Amino acid sequence: MGGILDLYWSMARTAVLAQFQYRVANYFYMIGMIAEPLIYLVVWSSVAVAQGGMVGGYTPGTFAAYYIVWTLVRNMNIVITPYAWEWRIKQGELSAALLRPVHLLHTDIAYFAGWKFVVILLWFPLAALLALIFRPTLNPSLLEVGVFALAIWGAFLIRMLLLWLMGMVTFWTTRVSALYELYFAVELILSGRLVPMSLLPDWARNLAGWLPFQWTFGFPIEALVGQLPPEQLLGGLLIQLLWIGLGLLLVQLVWRVGIRRYGAVGG
Amino acid sequence: MNALRLIYHYLRIGVMNELQYQINFWLQLLQSSVALAVGLVGLSLVFQHTSDLAGWSRAELLAVMGVHILIGGVVAALIQPNMLRLMEDVKDGTLDFALLKPVEAQLLVSVREIRLWRLVDLVIGVVLLVVALLQLGGRLSPQALLIFGVALLCGVIMIYSFWLMLTCVAFWIVRVDEILNLFEGLYAAGRWPVGIYPGWLRAILTFLVPVAFAITVPAEALTGRLEVTTLALALALAGGLFTLARIVWRIGLRHYAGASA
Repeated sequence: MGGILDLYWSMARTAVLAQFQYRVANYFYMIGMIAEPLIYLVVWSSVAVAQGGMVGGYTPGTFAAYYIVWTLVRNMNIVITPYAWEWRIKQGELSAALLRPVHLLHTDIAYFAGWKFVVILLWFPLAALLALIFRPTLNPSLLEVGVFALAIWGAFLIRMLLLWLMGMVTFWTTRVSALYELYFAVELILSGRLVPMSLLPDWARNLAGWLPFQWTFGFPIEALVGQLPPEQLLGGLLIQLLWIGLGLLLVQLVWRVGIRRYGAVGG
Repeated sequence: MNALRLIYHYLRIGVMNELQYQINFWLQLLQSSVALAVGLVGLSLVFQHTSDLAGWSRAELLAVMGVHILIGGVVAALIQPNMLRLMEDVKDGTLDFALLKPVEAQLLVSVREIRLWRLVDLVIGVVLLVVALLQLGGRLSPQALLIFGVALLCGVIMIYSFWLMLTCVAFWIVRVDEILNLFEGLYAAGRWPVGIYPGWLRAILTFLVPVAFAITVPAEALTGRLEVTTLALALALAGGLFTLARIVWRIGLRHYAGASA
């Protein structure tokens, strides 16, 4: 156990040091990313104004809060892409990783988690600037802040596991970009990234209830911005835990089968 | 005349090259359909909660989306690949090969590449425009169509000029990976009429990045809300930006010669 913790600590520290060197590039990337939520924010603020100040329970002020917090959650959502997986397998990088005594999943989680600390640090000035411009309505309680702080890591883990599952499809076929496009489109709409969940029609919201996506995006934001009662806040964390458990199980399963296949190809 | 023949031959070679990879057509079709579906979902979500957005009806916004996808397709098929290759050439120092040819260099670097299948978006954009027009009542005078064409052409020239200027930054700062990212982020803002953005952002989208003129103005022409002064301004801006881009290109080129010597 101590060995694994040690690995996490070292990987995370390496990531922090490496990514902090590229802080300017990281910053450019984050700035480029702001266009998307900014567009959503402007559109939905106009709708709210046209509807007499509120739509789906959101005012321009709370929309501003939603989409500013969005930028942090989006950054937490960035993990290894399926395309990186494809590259990993094509370039044989996976073979080297398999020789190590620890599961590749540990290495991935530790590295990206370390990177996230840099991202969070860089995010604060950006959020302050956006807050100055768009004047968000945000007054979270201590509990909400606490749940948010946990939920963004839950979101990170769930998305990591989901994209691992998507990435491992590459074990079977390399013509996967079509599948990924579809996956990302569904995720965009049903996660709370495009619009807050309360603006979706009922049937879409019901459908989303059966899928993990909203626990990677909408839930952390709403934990901080929305007026969720304590039982929903804590219940949400519990559901995140459930998805993490299920995700781990599936990843293990697919990994076992897939890695055998990979060996067969490479051998 | 010579220039036209040059463009024709380069395009022909590019097209023949792309025709070898027909599977890419289906992949592109799927990708474009997914993007279209997401756009339509976004639009219908907005109009589930309101009946007009800053004075634009649903059908009118469909027209804006049509222009956005259409121009996006042209940019991705014809402008972007050339500019990305230009950046690579500057970085690797292989621009020499283009410069040594006995033709106008700016023309040459602008026609060397084509991504044929990205023109799927052009078709999708036109279909959307037709649907939007039918929803709006379906009558379009030849005059309005002509004005739309002129506005569209102005838009493409503006975006070409803007891209060329962005690319010329590569003459000074060689690492410009983020430029594509930045352009796509800003271009996405054109999905909605610029009128909905707050003043400072509208100013950026109008004069710094000509998304407003490139997309909103043609859509205005099609939906009969374009004023003559706006069209004149679009023409002037297209001419001005093109001239400016040419000047920047010239200066950048001088810089390139100095660097490689």
